[in-house]
Amino acid sequence: MNTQSNAMPESFDSQGIAPAVLAATRPMYWSVRRELWENRSIYIAPLAAAAIYLLGFLISLIWLPRSVRALAALDPVHQRIELAMLYAHAAMLLMLTAVLVGIFYSLDALHGERRDRSILFWKSLPVSDLTTVLSKASIPLVVLPLLVFAITITLQFIMWLLSSAVLQLWGVGAATLWTRLPLLQMELVSLYGLMVLALWHAPIYCWFLLVSGWARRAAFLWALLPPFAIAAFEKTAFHTSYFGSLLRDRLFGFAAGAFDLKDAAGVPVDPHFIPLTQLAPGRFLSSPSLWLGLIVAAALLAAAVRLRRYEGPL
Amino acid sequence: MTVIEARGLRKAYGTTMALDGVDLHIEEGRILGLMGPNGAGKSTALNAILGLTPYEGELRVLGRNPWTERDQLMCDVCFIADVAVLPRWMLVSQALEYVAGVHPRFDRAKAEGFLAKTDISRASKVRELSKGMVTQLHLALVMAIDAKLLVLDEPTLGLDILYRKQFYDSLLNDYFDRSRTIIVTTHQVEDVQNVLTDLMFINRGCIVLDCSMEEFESRYVEVMVHPERVAAARALKPIHERQVLGRGILLFDHADRQQLAALGDVRTPSISDLFVAMLGDKPGNHAGPAKGVAQ
Repeated sequence: MNTQSNAMPESFDSQGIAPAVLAATRPMYWSVRRELWENRSIYIAPLAAAAIYLLGFLISLIWLPRSVRALAALDPVHQRIELAMLYAHAAMLLMLTAVLVGIFYSLDALHGERRDRSILFWKSLPVSDLTTVLSKASIPLVVLPLLVFAITITLQFIMWLLSSAVLQLWGVGAATLWTRLPLLQMELVSLYGLMVLALWHAPIYCWFLLVSGWARRAAFLWALLPPFAIAAFEKTAFHTSYFGSLLRDRLFGFAAGAFDLKDAAGVPVDPHFIPLTQLAPGRFLSSPSLWLGLIVAAALLAAAVRLRRYEGPL
Repeated sequence: MTVIEARGLRKAYGTTMALDGVDLHIEEGRILGLMGPNGAGKSTALNAILGLTPYEGELRVLGRNPWTERDQLMCDVCFIADVAVLPRWMLVSQALEYVAGVHPRFDRAKAEGFLAKTDISRASKVRELSKGMVTQLHLALVMAIDAKLLVLDEPTLGLDILYRKQFYDSLLNDYFDRSRTIIVTTHQVEDVQNVLTDLMFINRGCIVLDCSMEEFESRYVEVMVHPERVAAARALKPIHERQVLGRGILLFDHADRQQLAALGDVRTPSISDLFVAMLGDKPGNHAGPAKGVAQ
């Protein structure tokens, strides 16, 4: 085969070997890597947020010995919340970053490849539309939550190490920090929260993906205006707000669905430290709302897969 | 082996018929040039073959339905649309890695070998490469894939003559063999005249010419007629007549070469001459031949 070639004689033998059968996961793996190559904001944005937070935290270390001394006057529960606050803020900031990056990523995911005509290149390779769309959906639903979790635990561990060092060096002693700050528990709650958020918001990301594959321009407007328009229409025409409350529930309903926001005594739980006992995974996973949302998400993805077959460059 | 088999291929955009009942039969080992004016249906035909657009009628490419089996088909089909499609953000090294990752028939060492003969650096982004280099990169990727069918849609658009010549030279010397098939559309007809084995003209969604290059050479004759014999030549029913420097050049289909030799200087026409004759000045076609066709 290819006897005219004199460019790469050493490659002839490889031509004879029957092409290796690719595992079904290989195109998926490379498609996800390709997304990370193209959209570096997926990891740069959370890393930058973590770096800025860490810088602020470094400066705040000046006050740490004094505030830890002041903790002695508080009861253990409040000591714990005071200590947990900075760590909780770090986790929340990174979670918010993940949501923002996820939104902007999904709104551009199937639009960018049409805008720069590279869709013709991607479609010239043996990667199915299903694999492509799933790889893009996996960014906000799987990759970002895991990545942000990894960055969160790293950041919180660095914060903990620095705090311990400062407290020891200043002679305050890190014992209060070590005994009162339930860092491991907080990490588990972070992981749970990130997974809950991704599952609950899945239909939103999938809607954004579908719109990005469909809109010729202004995907952002097409994604956001219709839901608000429907809610406004319903309010005006029927004086009801079912659609509006549906939207609100889809945005924020995960909190009430996945956590017990009041403890056994009926006292609201401080959001800076949610004990493991307040997680309600059973209730969350058995809520019809979650599964309905996931079914909608799957339908939106199926529509996006079908749509991509028809789509060419803009 | 039959590579492409189409019967009654149709595709309408609104009221315009981009493809109007096209029949195709393309055998393995051919290099087919698909020529036609802008908007004649070339790209639509190629898009249908590549599974990029839905169509009516029957179409099998390598035995598969391109519309429903695009991803499997792309194991055996390669495709260069024009220089703009390689993603501009991608590094050359990433392009190699990615194609090696997803394509079961990609030989990375071979692609590296082709790239070594160019000035393309592994660390460059596609957006930093010149137009010619992007085409070289794309060609290196494609030639390293052991595919059965290669589709080139205006592959050398906007390239200078050196890059164009190099492009077709590499294709012929380092890639093409009797087990592969190439379909190319281009307005730069003169570049491919000696490359093609088959020629097809398409106009307003219909195939108007389908012949091998041997047939082309035996069938069409161009005569620069002596001024005093013009009337005799016209009596033989040329399909086209044009004036160059005051002398009439007449193009004949299926004419007797001996007879024509008596009327003036006989030669085989270029593809662009035939293109202009068949598609250039019929009513309903746009005034001039497509850009780049006229020599």
